[in-house]
Amino acid sequence: MSFINYSSREINCKLVYYGPGLGGKTTNLQFIYARTSPEAKGKMISLATETERTLFFDFLPLSLGEIRGFRTRFHLYTVPGQVFYDASRKLILKGVDGVVFVADSQIERMEANIESLENLRANLIEQGYNLDRLPYVVQYNKRDLPNAAPLDEMRSLLNPTRVPEFEACATTGVGVFETLKAIAKAVLTELRRAGGS
Amino acid sequence: MFPEEQRQITNICQKLHRDSNAKAVLLIGRDGQPIAEAGEVSEIDVTSLSTLTAGNVAATGGISKILREKDFTSQFHEGEKTHVHITLVAGRAILVVLFDERSSLGLVRLRVRKATDEMGRIFEDVKRKAALQTGPSILNEITDADIDKLFND
Repeated sequence: MSFINYSSREINCKLVYYGPGLGGKTTNLQFIYARTSPEAKGKMISLATETERTLFFDFLPLSLGEIRGFRTRFHLYTVPGQVFYDASRKLILKGVDGVVFVADSQIERMEANIESLENLRANLIEQGYNLDRLPYVVQYNKRDLPNAAPLDEMRSLLNPTRVPEFEACATTGVGVFETLKAIAKAVLTELRRAGGS
Repeated sequence: MFPEEQRQITNICQKLHRDSNAKAVLLIGRDGQPIAEAGEVSEIDVTSLSTLTAGNVAATGGISKILREKDFTSQFHEGEKTHVHITLVAGRAILVVLFDERSSLGLVRLRVRKATDEMGRIFEDVKRKAALQTGPSILNEITDADIDKLFND
């Protein structure tokens, strides 16, 4: 849940990057970290296994600028994508303000995408959220790979409600900031609509 | 959190910092958002510490559920120089006390108990207030243009 600190004049929001294992969630954050000026970012934390797979979460604090004298800060989290770590994913969704679903475009990962999306819906419901009412965007990552599934097919499977969607290649940064901007904007718009919390 | 309660919470953190001879005191939301701080925090990466502590508390809460226990209300990490005492406040926030040889676990526990009682009462006030009114929210004043301006390259 967003937090407004009137003494330090900050609006803090929590974004979660969700999706199947090895889909590029951590790579999104790494690219954002690499391309953001030092004043606008904090330290990036990755709680990973010895083989660099996300164990608990990655975390990146970003400052986007000021609105009406309040600094807007976004806390970006990834979840561990591997099915095994479902308990950790549930914890990270607590207090979420917006979700990015990072889908892996490789045709052989389509089942994993669908499973992860169903898992996202179920875990959100457990936390009292509804994906259809939450600021939410979809990123089709790894569009550069030769075995990428056709976009129409991915759209019909993963984005039936037609939320904002972006084609991406997180390793080179294509679509990464577009995705971030879209979810950050959606979160701020929703906060304004809700009139604060 | 309303400005008046924010001030009261900060005062309690400052008093706890003094009374327990701690290095620093932090109050964090359960989602990892820093709420208030006192003491020697300039050398600390408060944002990272808050996030990791919240993750730690959430993981411990997950363990307690598996064991069919209530939330484990406090944790203690003993370091070579710096020790960390973590307590849940009214199930809603996390109070972190960093201390060294100038203090002791016994003293910290004693002072924390008093501080968490006081904070718990303030959280109840906030809850009552929030139920009665929407609060003086900056969010009501934000326009589309304000949001667009943030994303201008």
